[in-house]
Amino acid sequence: MSSHPAHTEDHAEEHEGMTKKRIWNVFYILLAITAVEFFIALYLVPHKTFGMDYHVANPIYIVLTLLKAFFIVGYFMHLKFEKAGLIFAIIVPVLFIIGLILVLTNESHHWIDLRL
Amino acid sequence: MSTAVSQIDEVKTTPWAGGSSPFSVEYGKIMMWFFLLSDAFTFSSLLIAYGALRFSSAAWPAPDLIFQSVPGLIEHGAPLVFVGLMTFILIMSSVTMVLAVEAGHRGAKKEVVWWMIGTIIGGFMFLGCQALEWSHLHSEGFWWGSIPKMEELKALFHGHPSEQTMTTYGHQFANLFFTITGFHGFHVFSGVVINIIITINVLAGTYERRGSYLMVEKIGLYWHFVDLVWVFVFTFFYLV
Repeated sequence: MSSHPAHTEDHAEEHEGMTKKRIWNVFYILLAITAVEFFIALYLVPHKTFGMDYHVANPIYIVLTLLKAFFIVGYFMHLKFEKAGLIFAIIVPVLFIIGLILVLTNESHHWIDLRL
Repeated sequence: MSTAVSQIDEVKTTPWAGGSSPFSVEYGKIMMWFFLLSDAFTFSSLLIAYGALRFSSAAWPAPDLIFQSVPGLIEHGAPLVFVGLMTFILIMSSVTMVLAVEAGHRGAKKEVVWWMIGTIIGGFMFLGCQALEWSHLHSEGFWWGSIPKMEELKALFHGHPSEQTMTTYGHQFANLFFTITGFHGFHVFSGVVINIIITINVLAGTYERRGSYLMVEKIGLYWHFVDLVWVFVFTFFYLV
């Protein structure tokens, strides 16, 4: 029974994980990130402010998207508050996707060469 | 009786010492996580294939020219407005879902029901918007394997690519767009159906008798995942 106090402690922590206030905070963060994306797409890129074109904007979109993904998975899906084992079990396999991205980016370079 | 315990008799209580799940998550929830992981692979394969085809293309229909209408209201000159609305609806329904989960933790049945109904309404609104978006593109001539007439197609590209280029990549765009948003829409539809089933169970008191609203958490995971996929679809089809 020595593990029992530890378990109830975990449980309390889990409840602390997502309070109503925190849910709305995450919502505002997601909304703000989306608003920034729209601002870049509708104002900065068309007006070329700060020399902004798609070469600069696209990497920014991707970073902001990954940031949104972090907030959705971490807070809404509660993964941030799970045991480290579960976090790694979900996040590590996702790294394989990076492998596929690298392979197909390389491949699509080759497709361009084929057409020339 | 000696109170001293020899080292070998001491019971280990570390998470991986056995006797209980090291993840301390219920079985069904772990399985939902692994299902979502496999689904993430499916969606990323589709999106990466899209990326590779688009990256190697000579020209691509410009998002700010294709998606510039609000169906039924504005025909031209409002890029991203409609998809912005769709994104807002989906994020909003994700919030109502997580509020339903939070209410479930407190065992507040009535609140769970109302937040679930909010989530279902959000899901239907998103599906309705997607139907409008699809029928708008279809009325322009886009569908699987079909593209608008050449003079209309020209207006969807920046610069002046050749007709053959526009035909090839117009087709690629159409096929990829309908396949990927269709697959995502199918997930939203399934999510709405499961949400309705879960809501009926909540109303029937199934989870009250069971003593936990874990099922709401599990469908919540699925629903957030659908929102997550949309975040990526939105970026790679509408922004980039």
